[in-house]
Amino acid sequence: MGKVMLEVRNLKTKYITRFHEDVYAVDGVSFSIEEGKSLGIAGESGCGKSTLALSMMGYYFPPLHYISGDIIIDGTNISGLKPDDVRKTILGSEIAYIPQAAMNALNPTQKIIRFMEDVVHAHDPKKDKKSIREMAEARFAELGLPPSVLDKHAVELSGGMKQRTVIAVSTILNPKVLIADEPSSALDVTSQKMVIKMMRELMEKGYIKSMLFITHELPLLYNVTDDIMVMYAGQIVEKGSAKEMVFDPVHPYSHGLMNSILVPEEGTRGNKLTAIPGTPPNLKRPPDGCRFAERCKYATADCRYTNIPEKTFDDKRMYRCLMGVDELKEVYGRE
Amino acid sequence: MAVSEKAMEQKDFTNKPLCLSGRGVTKVFGMGDKKTVAVDHVDFDFHEGEFVSIVGESGSGKTTLSKMLLGLSNATEGEILFQGKPRDISNGKKKKEYWKGIQAIFQDPFSSFNTFHKIDSVLLDCINMRGGKNLSKEEKTAMMTEACSFVNLKFAELTNKYPFELSGGQMQRLMIARIFLMKPKILLADEPTSMVDACSRATILDMLLNLRDEIGMTVIFITHDIGLAYYISDTVYIMEHGKFVEYGKADEVILEPKAAYTKRLISDVPKIHEEWDLSTVDLLTEK
Repeated sequence: MGKVMLEVRNLKTKYITRFHEDVYAVDGVSFSIEEGKSLGIAGESGCGKSTLALSMMGYYFPPLHYISGDIIIDGTNISGLKPDDVRKTILGSEIAYIPQAAMNALNPTQKIIRFMEDVVHAHDPKKDKKSIREMAEARFAELGLPPSVLDKHAVELSGGMKQRTVIAVSTILNPKVLIADEPSSALDVTSQKMVIKMMRELMEKGYIKSMLFITHELPLLYNVTDDIMVMYAGQIVEKGSAKEMVFDPVHPYSHGLMNSILVPEEGTRGNKLTAIPGTPPNLKRPPDGCRFAERCKYATADCRYTNIPEKTFDDKRMYRCLMGVDELKEVYGRE
Repeated sequence: MAVSEKAMEQKDFTNKPLCLSGRGVTKVFGMGDKKTVAVDHVDFDFHEGEFVSIVGESGSGKTTLSKMLLGLSNATEGEILFQGKPRDISNGKKKKEYWKGIQAIFQDPFSSFNTFHKIDSVLLDCINMRGGKNLSKEEKTAMMTEACSFVNLKFAELTNKYPFELSGGQMQRLMIARIFLMKPKILLADEPTSMVDACSRATILDMLLNLRDEIGMTVIFITHDIGLAYYISDTVYIMEHGKFVEYGKADEVILEPKAAYTKRLISDVPKIHEEWDLSTVDLLTEK
């Protein structure tokens, strides 16, 4: 087992709405990522994927609030730090975050090299511009990006190039963990492939030690990450290796997700593509029992009122359901 | 019936009457050195009840073509024929008449509705446009309830609400309810699923197929996702730099692609049974 780069223990965070209602968006999430590994998070809109990503940076600002739990990056617990300390010591150097619309964050009046300088100066104010430029040029050359981009403004770049530039800028300080929240969703397939290729290179060349990748596109996760975690209504409902999760899911919700996979491969036209009926529960008042029970065709009265524990099987696989693995495999095998 | 079972039936549309066709349709922006040919002499024939996909990357001209099809922008050259006759949208009145025959769903459901209009009035507008102005209140409510139940929404829960109070998926379904009320001959769907997640995508695709099957609508589906196009369409048109480089039945185009561009598009989509070859893209390109 490799060195653990990121460990999250029983993390709970909530949003407080303007009507002073609590929305429990991340509710008791635990997982870890080892050095050199990548983990994917899948789930439908509103299941808490992006809130989990935000919560993991330890940088909370309203309406998001921390409740409890630990975030440990390479042995250091960052969960109790003040926002200012997190910004100065953690963001960029320990953990980097790329939101979905990252490319829109570039100030149109500044050249790309200025963003590089900003990131480096935030952690090392004395570093001179010449050495930052050398550093940036070397990194761009390593990643196969055209160095001319450094002297361009954001408006001169295409969407895909902007997104790759943002990734290169945010990882210039070699963070231990990279959190990428739907980094390629707004791009077409070719640009998406380029973004993924670059992220792979960052991992292979050791500029980032581990990666957390969030998307609802399962074929993409399958090709990018080692492990996949499925999230539903603020909780992790299943975890396993990418291959196991795509070809041999256990949890009823994961089965629903895998049924939504669309790929241009022979025979997929004949696959059954069915939507999961119903909508996720309101997280202002999460159900007592299984959160998926209302949408699950195998749910019983017990499911609705019993607290569902996390169960493990085959060493590393985890799921959250009252039914046993064999029982689940049997009912889905019959379908 | 599951989505796939409906999508699976590959029909031959060549004998069906033409719904929308184009001859040498061209759109040029700018002039002189700054001339950009966004759509370059394209010909197409869309038949009644056909599910057509237009696939291409960003900047290939898909949206420019769709604006011309909708009559929102004029073609620089060429002719668009509606139901076999040259389309006349020379004045506002004629345009309104044409829009009874063609309607659209766009990518961003949040910007598709007027924020100041309640959902009831959005749906009432559609009934009025279809000539239902003189119907009784009860009849109009019944029609709106039927349209909402077609898209799995409850009309009773939507009355007196504003569009922004709904989620993205619900708004997109409300757009489909509008189409159900308007019953146009052609529905143009411009990336309707790119802003919703994979689960809601199946629901929306199912509803589009229902529109085609129950109302006999021609659906023109614009997307950059070739996997999606393969799954749902009867006919696929592949667009590169404003030209159709390949078109034909979905099975033929996707499983036996001939154009190099189609092959590249297919290889760029992540798959689950085949290796995803990342070496085909070069990070140095300005794409």
